[in-house]
Amino acid sequence: MNPRPYNFAYLDEQTKRMIRRAILKAIAIPGYQVPFASREMPMPYGWGTGGVQVTAAIIGPDDVLKVIDQGADDTTNAVSIRAFFAKTANVATTTDTTQATIIQTRHRVPETPLSAEQILVYQVPIPEPLRFLEPRETETRTMHALAEYGVMHVKLYEDIARHGHIATTYAYPARVADRYIMDPSPIPKFDNPKLDDCPALQLFGAGREKRIYAIPPHTRVVSLDFEDHPFERTKFDAACAFCGATDSFLDEVVVDDKGGRMFVCSDTDYCEKRRAAKAKDAAE
Amino acid sequence: MNALAANELLRVESLAKTFTLHLHGGARLPVVHGVSFSVAAGECVVLGGPSGVGKSSILKMAFGNYAVGEGRILLADGDRVIDVGRAGAAGILDARRRIVGYVSQFLRVIPRVGAIDVVAAAAQESGLDRAAARERAASLLARLDLPERLWSVPPATFSGGEQQRVNIARGFAGRHRLLILDEPTASLDAANRGAVIDLIAERKALGTGFLATFHDEDVRARVADRIVDVSLFSDREVA
Amino acid sequence: MMAPLLSVRGLNKRYGSIVACRDIAFELEEGEALAIVGESGSGKTTLLNLVAGALAADSGEVVYRMRDGAARPLSSLSEAERRALMRTDWGFVHQDASRGLRMNVSAGGNIGERLMAIGGRHYGRIRAAALDWLARVEIAAERVDDPPSTYSGGMRQRLQIARNLVTGPRLVFMDEPTGGLDVSVQARLLDLLRGLIADMGLAAIIVTHDLAVARLLSHRMLVMKQGEVIESGLTDRVLDDPQAPYTQLLVSSVLAA
Repeated sequence: MNPRPYNFAYLDEQTKRMIRRAILKAIAIPGYQVPFASREMPMPYGWGTGGVQVTAAIIGPDDVLKVIDQGADDTTNAVSIRAFFAKTANVATTTDTTQATIIQTRHRVPETPLSAEQILVYQVPIPEPLRFLEPRETETRTMHALAEYGVMHVKLYEDIARHGHIATTYAYPARVADRYIMDPSPIPKFDNPKLDDCPALQLFGAGREKRIYAIPPHTRVVSLDFEDHPFERTKFDAACAFCGATDSFLDEVVVDDKGGRMFVCSDTDYCEKRRAAKAKDAAE
Repeated sequence: MNALAANELLRVESLAKTFTLHLHGGARLPVVHGVSFSVAAGECVVLGGPSGVGKSSILKMAFGNYAVGEGRILLADGDRVIDVGRAGAAGILDARRRIVGYVSQFLRVIPRVGAIDVVAAAAQESGLDRAAARERAASLLARLDLPERLWSVPPATFSGGEQQRVNIARGFAGRHRLLILDEPTASLDAANRGAVIDLIAERKALGTGFLATFHDEDVRARVADRIVDVSLFSDREVA
Repeated sequence: MMAPLLSVRGLNKRYGSIVACRDIAFELEEGEALAIVGESGSGKTTLLNLVAGALAADSGEVVYRMRDGAARPLSSLSEAERRALMRTDWGFVHQDASRGLRMNVSAGGNIGERLMAIGGRHYGRIRAAALDWLARVEIAAERVDDPPSTYSGGMRQRLQIARNLVTGPRLVFMDEPTGGLDVSVQARLLDLLRGLIADMGLAAIIVTHDLAVARLLSHRMLVMKQGEVIESGLTDRVLDDPQAPYTQLLVSSVLAA
C-alpha cells in the first residue's frame, strides 16, 4: 500500500502563510501575544502543537532540525517530534546544537550559545503571564495594551512574603524591549538570562491557547524583580557527575532506592560534547 | 445686604417658619412669624415663652439646622455678612466651623469615641492642634466635673447628666464668636448648672455672644442680658 | 475660590423605558462627603457608577479637577488615563468586599498592589506601607500574609478600604460600605471611615439606604426617588427639617432603637 503523501511539513500552504503572518507580527511587536488560527495537529494539545506549527511554518528543505525536551534529545516527545518532521518534511535532523538551524524545545534553552543563523522555537502551555491572577481574557488584553503590570509584582511580592524570597523557579516573567511582559514558557529561571540579547530569533508557540509571540535577535529581556530582592541566577551546589560542568543546569537523578542521587547536565548534547572533549584531552 | 452694626453678631429680621406635613395631607403648621431681634458681642439673649411656642425652631434656624421660612438671619463674619437662609451647605458648614457653635439639649452619641475625644475633636475643628485640643477638652471636662475615669469611655453608657456635660464641653471647646444653647442645663444638678453659668460668664467677658433658651428660671436670671418673648411671634396654640 | 473637585451636569441613564437617572446635577468640593440616599430602585447605585465612570451615561457630563488643576470631563479621558485615575486619585469601596479585593492574594499584596502599579519596586517599603495601613484600619499586623478569604466580613471591608486609600486618593466612592455587616461591626467601620475622611481630607460620595450612616459620615445629602433628586442640602437639615414629601416619609419611617 502506498503511504498517503503529506504536504511539506504537514500543514497546507495557506496555513503556513497564516502562521508566518502571525510570526511577522510577533517579531514586529516583541513579546506581544499574537492570536493565530491554531490547527488540529496529529498530536493532542499539551504535546507541543504550538511549537510544531511554528516549526512547520518556517522549516525548509535545507534546514537541520534539533528537538529537545527538558534539554534531552532522547525523550519520547523529542523523538516523536523529530520523527514527525523527518517523515513529513524529509529534513535532516541532529542532536548537535551547533549543527541545527532550527531548534524546537520544551522547557529548556540549550547551554551552547546560539548564533544568528539559528531559530529557537519554544513550546508554550500558557502564554499569558497574568492569567494566574486575572482569569478574564478581556481584562488581560487591556492590561497588556495599557502596560498595567502592577499585578505581576504582586505575584513576586507574594512569593517573598510566603517564602522569604522569590520562589518562582520556572516560567519566570520577563519584560521584553521595555514594553510587554511575557511568560518565557516553563524554562527554569536559570535560562532567563539567555533570552536577553540573544543573536538567534526566538519564537514561542502555544497551540491550545492559539498564541504566537517572539523575541527578535538582540532584544533586551529583563526578568522582573524588586530593588531589594534582585533577580538571581540559580546556583547549583554540585557539578555535573558526567562532565564536571559547573555552569549548566543540572537535573537531579535518583540512582538507587537508598536515596542515592547524582546531578547531571540537563542539556544532553552539551554534556556529551564536554565529555568527548575531556576524553580527547585525556587521550593526548 | 445691610451691614451689621459693629458689635452685632446675629440679626434676625422678620423670620417666619411654617412646617408642611406632607404625611398628613399637606397640613400646614405655622410656628412663628415676624421674629426680629439681634445678639451683640458679649451679651446673652434668652428666648422666653412657654414650651412649644417655637423657641427651639428659631435656634435651629439660626444654626442652619432648620430651613428658614421667610425673613433673614444674618451672621457677622468679619466685615462680611452671612445670610444663613441662602448660604448653601458649604457656607453653613464654614460658619459652623468658625463663627457659630451649638449646644443641643441632648448629646447625639456616636459609637466608639471617648468623651474627651468628642470634645477634643470640636477644639481641633476650630484650629487647635491635637495636643492643645486635648488639653482644652480635659480642662472643660474637669470644670464640668466629669470624673476622669470616664474621659476615655464613649458616652453611650453615661447618665443623661453626664452626657449633657460632654455635650456642653464640646460646644464650648471651640472659638466661636456666637454660641447657641438649647436648654443646655435641663438635666444638670445645681453644682453643674453653676459651672455652666461660670463658663458662659467667662466667654461673655471675652466677647462671645449667646442665644439661648433656659428652662430653669434661676439660670436664666443669672445669665440673661435680654429676654425675647417668643410668644409675641408665635403662631402656635399653646396650653 | 477653587473650582469644585467634581461637577456633575445633566446626567441621564435609561434602560429601555426605565429611567434610572434623570438630569442629575451636583457639585462636590474637596474634602466634602456627600451621601446619596434612597430606597431600592431609586437609581442611587446607578448614579454612583455613572459618576465613577463604571457605566456610560446616555447624556450629561462629569468633570473632575485633576491633581494638576485641570478640569477634565471624564469622557475626554483615554481608557489608560481613566484606569490610572481609578488606581491613584480615586477609590471605590464596594458593598461586597470580594469585588474590591483579590481574595487569594495576601492582605499585604492587596494593599501593595496600587503601589506596585504606580512603580513601587522595593519590597521592604511596600510591605512597610501595607503594615502601616493595616494598623490604620485596625487589622492585626500578623494577618498581613493571610489572604482575605480567611477574613471576616468586617475585616474584608476594612482591608478594601486600606487597599483603596494607600495611594492617598482625593475622592472615594462608597457603595453601601456597611451593608450586610453586623451592627457592632458596622459601628467600628463607620467610626473608621469617619476618622479617615476627616484625617485625609477625603471627598467622598457614599451611597446608602441607611439614614444614620448618612448622618454620621456626610456633610451633604441627595435624596433620590425613581431616578430623580427630590431633595438636597446639608445632611442635618435634610434629616431634621425635611421639605419634600418623600424625604419626610423616609425620615419618619426609620425606627429608633
